[in-house]
Amino acid sequence: MGKNVRLRKGFDINLAGKASPTITTTDQPDVFAIKPTDFQGVYLPRVLVNVGDTVKAGTPLFRDKKFEKIVFTAPVSGEVIEIKRGEKRKLLEVKILADKSFQHVEFRKYSAGDLASISREEAQEQLLASGVWTNLIQRPFGVIADPNETAKAIFISAFDSHPLAPDYELIFKGEEQFFQAGVEILKKFTSGRIHVNLRGDKQSSIFSGTKGVEFNYFTGPHPSGCVGVQIHHIDPINRGEIAWTINPFGVIQIGKLFLNGIYDTSRIVALVGSEVKTPQYYKTWTGASISKMIENNIKSGHVRYISGNVLTGTKIPADGFIGFFDHMVTVIPEGDYYEFMGWISHGFKKLSTQRAWGLFSFLTPKKEYVLDTNTHGEPRAFVQTGVFEKVTPMDILPTYLIKAIIAEDFDEMEALGIYEVIEEDLALCDFVDVSKHNIQALLREGIELIRNS
Amino acid sequence: MNFLRKQLDSVKPHFEKGGKYHKFFYIYEAIDTFLFAPNTVAPTKGAQVRDAIDMKRLMITVVIAMLPCLFFGIYNVGYQHFLAQGAEASAGEMILIGLKQVLPIIIVSYAVGLGIEFAFTVWRKHPVNEGFLVTGLLIPLIMPPDIPLWQVALGTAFAVVIGKEAFGGTGMNILNVALTARAFLYFAYPADISGNVWTYLPEGTEVVSGYSGATPLAVSYEAAVSAKQAVVAYEEAALLAAEDPTPLNQAVAEHARHLADSLNTGHLVSDALANTWYEGLYDFSNMFFGLIPGSIGETSTLMCLIGGLILIITGVGSWKIMVSVLAGAYLTALGLNQIAGSNEYLLMPAHFHLVIGGLAFGAVYMATDPVTAAQTERGKWIYGFLIGFLTILIRAFNPAYPEGVMLAILLMNVFAPLIDYYVVQANKKRRLRRATAV
Repeated sequence: MGKNVRLRKGFDINLAGKASPTITTTDQPDVFAIKPTDFQGVYLPRVLVNVGDTVKAGTPLFRDKKFEKIVFTAPVSGEVIEIKRGEKRKLLEVKILADKSFQHVEFRKYSAGDLASISREEAQEQLLASGVWTNLIQRPFGVIADPNETAKAIFISAFDSHPLAPDYELIFKGEEQFFQAGVEILKKFTSGRIHVNLRGDKQSSIFSGTKGVEFNYFTGPHPSGCVGVQIHHIDPINRGEIAWTINPFGVIQIGKLFLNGIYDTSRIVALVGSEVKTPQYYKTWTGASISKMIENNIKSGHVRYISGNVLTGTKIPADGFIGFFDHMVTVIPEGDYYEFMGWISHGFKKLSTQRAWGLFSFLTPKKEYVLDTNTHGEPRAFVQTGVFEKVTPMDILPTYLIKAIIAEDFDEMEALGIYEVIEEDLALCDFVDVSKHNIQALLREGIELIRNS
Repeated sequence: MNFLRKQLDSVKPHFEKGGKYHKFFYIYEAIDTFLFAPNTVAPTKGAQVRDAIDMKRLMITVVIAMLPCLFFGIYNVGYQHFLAQGAEASAGEMILIGLKQVLPIIIVSYAVGLGIEFAFTVWRKHPVNEGFLVTGLLIPLIMPPDIPLWQVALGTAFAVVIGKEAFGGTGMNILNVALTARAFLYFAYPADISGNVWTYLPEGTEVVSGYSGATPLAVSYEAAVSAKQAVVAYEEAALLAAEDPTPLNQAVAEHARHLADSLNTGHLVSDALANTWYEGLYDFSNMFFGLIPGSIGETSTLMCLIGGLILIITGVGSWKIMVSVLAGAYLTALGLNQIAGSNEYLLMPAHFHLVIGGLAFGAVYMATDPVTAAQTERGKWIYGFLIGFLTILIRAFNPAYPEGVMLAILLMNVFAPLIDYYVVQANKKRRLRRATAV
């Protein structure tokens, strides 16, 4: 029996610029890129291609020096046009000019009935070789799953509760058979259950018909859709245990890899945010450049493009690429302005979780806000207490965890539950912090300290 | 505003790294961020939008919540001044007298505190914290209206240097800074902060006959002492009558018994409060509204409640702490009423405890200081309740010092980390048990 969990803590940031449920297919971008920086825990990527090489969808582009089996592959077919490096020759992007001939590396194809008889080794080899493996994330730490481990359970959050998040019911519609096939493959990698977590207040879901999984239902504000929060309430991770998480998109890719024998990265992404003229969905492939989408579609010049959502996303340039795990691009105003006596002005346009701003915001609960990237204040000492706890629907004390990380106290970090969280689970703490710390960055520092100890 | 911004921008390089005034960077930063919310943006990775609230907004909200107490306090200083003289005066005159007494105290408190804060900013290289906006107003509100200004300066300096900066500045201090100032003055200059100092009466002022500057706590304490003396007298007379049962001794014993009985009925303290030099001065309702002698800002329970409401509605102050302090005090007083007998002071009706002294002020503005209070949500309940409990214990059992809330809060400030320690420990244990249960 799955669980039915009602969460009360959390906060929904109601932003302007929701995507209308239309999917556009025209005007595909020419350039695609894979960014090693999208993946946590990649030690040292070694490039396997040269500029000018022709690649197919599924051709390895680079691999991690430490985990040689894990390869990162081309999302589309075409020509490698640039290998972009940053400081100290850190690999940033491998760019491919798409040839639009849709050539794929051939992998072994199975019928739906054969999936059950595939051995774990066979499945693993195909997943690793195709690059689909990189969709599997290991908890603790939120890094790419180690192929030598077996997960105690696999968790799939089948909805996204982030601000302006795409509707999974829309973007994964029609892919149910691949999702089912993906689940069949995943079963070989866990000794426990596969959990599919659905929104508790929705009657039906395209994932409801999936067989061989356990359904759990979550109601409440964000971060109810964060898989880490869900795991905490279903089957929490203790020291020494390993669980895997995967986005429904990854499950569908596994299904396509085994049923169709190809690495099919076609995906639907949402272009959203207050600065987008017509927020809607676009059908494209993994690693797409956003330049075509935003052409003549942005209201003002001074904006920030974010791959992902406003809580956990990454700033990208106007000709940047959508991250590997992202199904949305958010465009909001850049906030690099001074505001005269900003701290004492009235608060009708600003959003706060606290009523010291926007005393009467409860009168307009459905109001959509246009938020910019201004931090609205400067870093200060930790003073106010209890704010992190209000947006963390877990039996975890974020203030103490963060302080343990700052003090680099390994025992405390472990005892206070660092194994149970990654950045997205505590992203709201970043948002609400009165003292304007970068909580997510701090948390990652702590996770890396523990992981490398 | 553009002109101002340009001026700030033009001097900014001097304060940045390599500039000749880099030492004073944080002073520049304090002025700059006071005038303009900064143009900093969210980092490349992580939350790209941020809550509109910042430390300045938080602190100014607390200051706003203190204004009812301040305004009422200014009026009350004048009101008490004229009441003691038995003189008629308009509200305007009262406010003028109040302003004349209170404003210098506020100015001294802010000037000394901010001066030290800025000096430490340069010396210890940490940003100026907005916390002193609150502390600087809290200190005047808990001072007697007659306090010499040099004592305000000394107390503030002691509190900021020893109470805060010695621990590393705002956010690191263990004791409530404003209460540290008050406690320092109380123990260093007891004559100026106890006794008949609660009404502003310059030397040579004529007072009405029968006037006493005693606070309700002092009055009720006096009453309690006389009740206790009556009981002792009866016991002695009874003993004498038993040893030497002459009719006279028996009559004396009988009379002493009547007296002690009548005092023992529990109305003594409230009777004493009702029969002061000015009729109705220490009525429950009068004490609730706060037209009584006392520290500048803490006499009015009503104003504290309004301030508390502002803090609770805006979410800036912890309602858990406020409620648990008052609940702790009320329940303790109620409990003491039950076991009263030997100590007449225990007979003070429980609801009187809530409106006299600084309990309400302490509960709303002092106990809720987030830095020195318990920081865990569960800990806040325990912390608040114990403050209320200790306040009443000190009031009832420590005749040397009738007001207990200051010491109770300071004591619990010290114990708050311990309370948190056990709450955090419980969280860790739940996690550990979960790991070993399967």
